[in-house]
Amino acid sequence: MKMVKENRDMFRERNRSWLLAATVVVGLYIASSVITEFDGIAGITAIPKVIIWIAENLVPDAKAMTRLPKILKQLWETTMLSISVTMAAAVCAFFFALLGANITRVNGIVKRIVRTIAAFFRNVPDVVWAILLMFSFGQNILTGFFALFFTTFGLLTRAFIETIDEVSASCVEALTATGASYMQIIFQGVVPSAVSGLMTWILYMIETNIRSSTLIGMLTATGIGYAFDLYYKRLEYPTASLVVLTIVVLVIAIELLSNKIRKVIL
Amino acid sequence: MPILEMQHVNKVYGGVTKALNDVSFQIEEGEFVSIIGPSGAGKSTLLRCINRLIDVSSGVILFDGQDITHVTGKELRSVRTRTGMIFQHYNLVERLSVIENVLHGKLGQKSTISGMIGYYTEQEKKEAFEILDRLGLADQAYKRCDELSGGQKQRVGIAQAIMQKPRLILCDEPIASLDPSSSKIIMDSLKNINQTMNITCLLNLHQVDVAMNYSERIIGITAGQIVYDGPSAELSQSTIHKIYQSGKGELITDVQGQAV
Repeated sequence: MKMVKENRDMFRERNRSWLLAATVVVGLYIASSVITEFDGIAGITAIPKVIIWIAENLVPDAKAMTRLPKILKQLWETTMLSISVTMAAAVCAFFFALLGANITRVNGIVKRIVRTIAAFFRNVPDVVWAILLMFSFGQNILTGFFALFFTTFGLLTRAFIETIDEVSASCVEALTATGASYMQIIFQGVVPSAVSGLMTWILYMIETNIRSSTLIGMLTATGIGYAFDLYYKRLEYPTASLVVLTIVVLVIAIELLSNKIRKVIL
Repeated sequence: MPILEMQHVNKVYGGVTKALNDVSFQIEEGEFVSIIGPSGAGKSTLLRCINRLIDVSSGVILFDGQDITHVTGKELRSVRTRTGMIFQHYNLVERLSVIENVLHGKLGQKSTISGMIGYYTEQEKKEAFEILDRLGLADQAYKRCDELSGGQKQRVGIAQAIMQKPRLILCDEPIASLDPSSSKIIMDSLKNINQTMNITCLLNLHQVDVAMNYSERIIGITAGQIVYDGPSAELSQSTIHKIYQSGKGELITDVQGQAV
């Protein structure tokens, strides 16, 4: 009997914590609305108007279509930049991650240093990197390259560290026991075990970098971001929206392609 | 001269936990010795001290007449190439093929570069195939290891160890994750290489009956200390209870005894 009673208490307690969580969420919403003077109802009622404006101004027209070849050329440039940045960052990040992972680290101090450097590069937003780098490189493609490179490098180092630690503990122990040397263990044990995990992160970063490079391109006057900025400021909204549409199509296409690649390598 | 000698070996974790407490024993070449004891008694630590995956806190380890307690670098790798190790969870590179995993046994004896890129001589490949054939895995050679069953994976582990041409094989719970029929295949394989190739075997086992059937000598460990070291035939029920620190009727072996 006692156990039954305890069980009922447990359920009542669970219900109470759900209620508490819901109250906190609603409370936070109301509090932040009041502070920022955000009117939720006005926001929702404005949606139809937004849709009408989009239909009137943002549907690509015939004039926009004539610019398509030019847009695609710049989209191609941006895509290639994203891929090359990601690959270059991935190679650097892999060697850094080896030094930063618990399983493959050389020593504790190096591990700490590597993780700190990676955290620094990761936590400065790429747009901030772009603004900072513009002072040294000016408005050109190198600025965009390095801005993306730094954040990608920081993020991939962190992701690779986790991947390496997760997948390779057992085979590193076994290969160490056979008398294999450090580099042999890395290339015969860690790389084959981690390769699919690493590839997943690289493909994800290529997608992310295409999106980010659009934003950075606006700052550095390069690639597809510049194209969008240009048409937008010329008030050619249909063309600007065509630019956005091509980016969306491209990102979806890359996502589908990377799913295929992932299936093959798994 | 014994192949392995432990002299007053201690291992302390974090300054407080005594994993090994004054452990001393000798193992002669060609012996097949089982170590039994409760979980957490220090069995795995003991095996890993022998190939220096774990460093001892104090004491001396002699392997093949050489003091290996503090060897480093190339010398340490040379010690490890002469001791094979088999793990409970097989610890293979699951995404590589069976034959590649077997050839990993040769890594310690190759140059760094050829090991890195996985270059093996025809002679080495031939040797690997012969070992696989011997363990009944010849037709699995090109399969990826994650396609194999547990028992097959463990045989790949054994093949890798044999590939090293070791003097001593350390087995850490080799059959703890296997069903009874795979367990028998693994234990028979180990016994077979022990007798035909004269490779000394030192095993951690949870199954007291298996230890008594397969090995002539048993070492019992409790809380990091050796409480029994002698012939398996002389291992009495009361000693088993002492090793596992349990009363009469509290062990699975007791239940088996009653059923018969």
